[in-house]
Amino acid sequence: MTAVLIAIAALLGLAAVFGAVLGFASEKFKVEGDPIVDQIDDLLPQTQCGQCGHPGCRPYAEAIAEGEEHNRCPPGGQDTVDALTDLLGRDAMTVDDDGAEDADVTKVAYIREDECIGCTKCIQACPVDAIVGAAKLMHTVIVDECTGCDLCVEPCPVDCIDMLEVKPTLQTWGWNRPAGIGQRPDSRIEVVNL
Amino acid sequence: MLAKLFGGTHRKNRVYDFHGGVHPPENKQQSNGTAIQPGPLPARLILPLNMHIGAPAKPLVAPGDKVLKGQMIAEPVGAVSAAIHAPTSGTVSAIGPRPIQHPSGMDAICIVIDSDGEDRWVDHQGIADYTELSPGELVDTIRQAGIAGMGGAGFPTSIKVNLGDHQRVEQLIINAVECEPYITADDRLMRERAADIVAGIHILQYLLNPRRTLIGIEDNKPEAISAIKRACKGCDIEVRVVPTKYPSGGEKQLIQLLTGKEVASGQLPAQVGVVCQNVGTAFAIQRAVCHGEPLLSRITTLTGDAVAQPGNYETLLGTPVADLLQHGGVHSQQLGRLVMGGPMMGFTLHNPAVPVVKTTNCIIAASPQELPEPPPEQPCIRCGSCAEACPANLLPQQLYWHAKNDDLDKALHHNLMDCIECGACAYVCPSHIPLVQYYRYAKGEVRQRAADQVKADKARQRFEARQARIEQEQAEKEARRQARLEANRKKKEAGAAAPTGPSAEQAAALKQASLEASKAYKAAVKAAKTAEAQGDDNAADLKAEAERLKAVADKAKAAVRDAKADAPAVAAPADDAVASLKKQVGDASSAYKAAVKAAKDAEASGADDAGDLRARAEALKATADRLKAELRDAKANAPTTPAAPQTDPVAELKKQVGDASSAYKSAVKAAKEAEAQGADNAAELRAEADRLKAVADQLKADLRDAKANAPAPAKAAPAGKAPPADSPKVPESDAPQSVAGVDPEQAAKRQKRLKALKTAYNMAHKQYKDAHAALERAERHEELSADEFNAMQQKVDKLKGKADVARDALDALVEEAKADIRAHTGKDLKTLKLEAARAESALADKQQELAQRRDSAAEETLEALEAELKALETEAHIARKALKQAVEEQGLVEE
Repeated sequence: MTAVLIAIAALLGLAAVFGAVLGFASEKFKVEGDPIVDQIDDLLPQTQCGQCGHPGCRPYAEAIAEGEEHNRCPPGGQDTVDALTDLLGRDAMTVDDDGAEDADVTKVAYIREDECIGCTKCIQACPVDAIVGAAKLMHTVIVDECTGCDLCVEPCPVDCIDMLEVKPTLQTWGWNRPAGIGQRPDSRIEVVNL
Repeated sequence: MLAKLFGGTHRKNRVYDFHGGVHPPENKQQSNGTAIQPGPLPARLILPLNMHIGAPAKPLVAPGDKVLKGQMIAEPVGAVSAAIHAPTSGTVSAIGPRPIQHPSGMDAICIVIDSDGEDRWVDHQGIADYTELSPGELVDTIRQAGIAGMGGAGFPTSIKVNLGDHQRVEQLIINAVECEPYITADDRLMRERAADIVAGIHILQYLLNPRRTLIGIEDNKPEAISAIKRACKGCDIEVRVVPTKYPSGGEKQLIQLLTGKEVASGQLPAQVGVVCQNVGTAFAIQRAVCHGEPLLSRITTLTGDAVAQPGNYETLLGTPVADLLQHGGVHSQQLGRLVMGGPMMGFTLHNPAVPVVKTTNCIIAASPQELPEPPPEQPCIRCGSCAEACPANLLPQQLYWHAKNDDLDKALHHNLMDCIECGACAYVCPSHIPLVQYYRYAKGEVRQRAADQVKADKARQRFEARQARIEQEQAEKEARRQARLEANRKKKEAGAAAPTGPSAEQAAALKQASLEASKAYKAAVKAAKTAEAQGDDNAADLKAEAERLKAVADKAKAAVRDAKADAPAVAAPADDAVASLKKQVGDASSAYKAAVKAAKDAEASGADDAGDLRARAEALKATADRLKAELRDAKANAPTTPAAPQTDPVAELKKQVGDASSAYKSAVKAAKEAEAQGADNAAELRAEADRLKAVADQLKADLRDAKANAPAPAKAAPAGKAPPADSPKVPESDAPQSVAGVDPEQAAKRQKRLKALKTAYNMAHKQYKDAHAALERAERHEELSADEFNAMQQKVDKLKGKADVARDALDALVEEAKADIRAHTGKDLKTLKLEAARAESALADKQQELAQRRDSAAEETLEALEAELKALETEAHIARKALKQAVEEQGLVEE
């Protein structure tokens, strides 16, 4: 009988000790915020364009974490969708970009400066503060900061904002992927061992 | 065996080995048999601002500038950059985009120099004893000379030789391996200029102070080896002969060969205590330091089956490849592929206008048989040959799979970035897979992704900063709003504490009065309209009555406005309220008086609507009475004279009149309604109304009598101050006469003229405007010939002139009219207006006084006051009339 009591007491004691340890750990190593949202946000392209229907990338990341479909980011393209699929372990999806042909073309806004009337509407629309200017003064886009989100084009009352394709420079140029099996890789120099 | 024993005993001089490597056909004998020849002096040199790795140099010259050989034409920007010098004398003809030495075939900014053929040097001199200079000054000399790594990468040498004091250099390695097929530039350089090279190495030794200095040379260059060995005799430079194997000349591979040290992934050679310099760089340093000659030319191997005279040419930087090919005698029919660099690591040139730059060690003009079209890519058979060949110990086939599938993370995991793109794997691949292209592509993607990530992070930061800012702004706005609300609430509380209650009540009463007055006016208008519709002959009178009522209503509204304006003035709210109420009473009673007068006039002229008018007057009186009662109440509230009921027979009569007229009014209303509904009894009702009107008329007559009997102006008017009414009375009453004195015919004429002129001016102006608009339209569309345009312009001008003339005439006439008024009345229009206003206000004052005293003063005084009031009323009326008359007569009715 005493053996049983001892066993019970020992188990209760262990339970109390582990409970205390776990309780302490859950307080001490508490995870702030929602790490999955941060991970999703890191994968999104941060154009803040709102094409997903959310006011920015982070709100969309939060929505995805809550179960929204993860294929609504046209700027991120299929790569982002695939990365999210991997991260979330969800079913693979194709990006929902309404079949836009130039979806994978990087663009930046360009203000035709002599046509700008200085209304500041585009400045207010820019989600990343990439447009400088003041009321009744010409505005211009900081090209390096522009995410190409398109949001400034619509508010412009004089339609002086164009979305221009970013042409590759010597710094951003990269080799093309070889055409693949059965194709002659024209950039390869064949050194023949005679 | 002996050699091995020898190597074992001299372990220090041992040459190590690296993994992998291949033995492609060397093809060096085509070009290494002849001495270095001078290159061409082309008519035009193209110098890219970015011949090196790092920031492009900044041009110091402008198009049109004359430059001399050796003159700096672009300076380095930042640490990792190199200067550019004019390779020959001539004129800068352009600075702009030209095709450059890049596999993309893209253009970049270049300085273009048209040579004058004289090849005149700028003043320059070498340093006799560089050991007198500090290493820092020497580094600066190298930097100013624009020297960049001549082996192929083009890294600015000044960075590599300026490591700082904390970095101890164990070994200085001079790379003279030249492992790539075809290239013999370093070979010939060593054979012919070994002494200069060794002098350059001494300078490097002075700068870096290495423990050991090693020269690595492949064993396929015996002549170069012996030349260098000869030159190095007696100094601490060790010449190491390495076995021929590609890519022994790779920096990391050579370090491993000579020292056995491996440079870890992501590390620089300096981190293992090694600095590697190309033999050509050492030569260039010697030229710069000992002769003061900046880097202007380099030895470039021109080789390939399509070249008639293959060999090494000392080529000026910026020489277009086409010029060099011509110089070397290229058979253009035989030319298949043009390669810049070696066949393993070089790239195909598609444009021979590309210039030779600091890193161009070889140009291969190959025949189609020599470097044929690559065969089609075949599937990987996983033979593993590539892994055996890889000098960087990578797994090329794994990298290939991942690069092909864009699986960049896995490719990175397999150390994609450590690939030196030597091409050994592709060379051994039996499936002819362009492995290096795959790796280059994957590396580009990785870099792109990293850049995108940086950009995304920046965008996120900016977005979040913006959100924070907007939130803060909103919070501030909200705080301000709350503060304002709080302030308003406090003010309200303070106001409630102060005696605003009664004032509010007064305001409400005033509003009510105003409402009633406007209601009366509306009813009157309606009545007038009905009368008109029925063709009653009293319609005109009713209208007049309506006008008058309107005036009353307006006044009442003004009073309400005043009361509102006064309300916030907390200082004396009660007093103000009383005052405004008084004013209101005054207005109402004056309206009443006017109505009475009109009624009297009507009666006098025998109009049958006099009764009606009188009834209206009574209604007004009722309003006035009620207001008075309110005033009394207000006064009772205010600490002023107590109220006393007024018993005035006149008033009583008036009240009766009021009752009668209200009865009449309701009768009229009923009649109207009946009419509107088409009832049969409408006529009856109307008859009833007429009867009531008669009753009211009777009462009014009584009232008049009573008033006439009332005591006339008091001698002892207690309103001590002499009413200002008397003095303006005489001239003002004269006013209408004098205005009336204007010849009515003349006035009428002028009125007509004014009208006509106005119309004329308006038309002319409109025509001008239309014409002008048409002209502008035409101008915009440019659809007119010059003649037509001029004609139109003239027409527009003419019209404008016409409009101006009309305007002038109109102005003149208006001025004349105004002057006329002045002449006739002795006052100008403004004065007349002023006088009318003054009379009105005097009247209002008096009315107020009367109302005020009505409760307190003796009956006599009241009578006197009332008489005075009446006089004032008349005056005001006269003034108003005079003004109106004057204005109307002169046709100056406000537009």
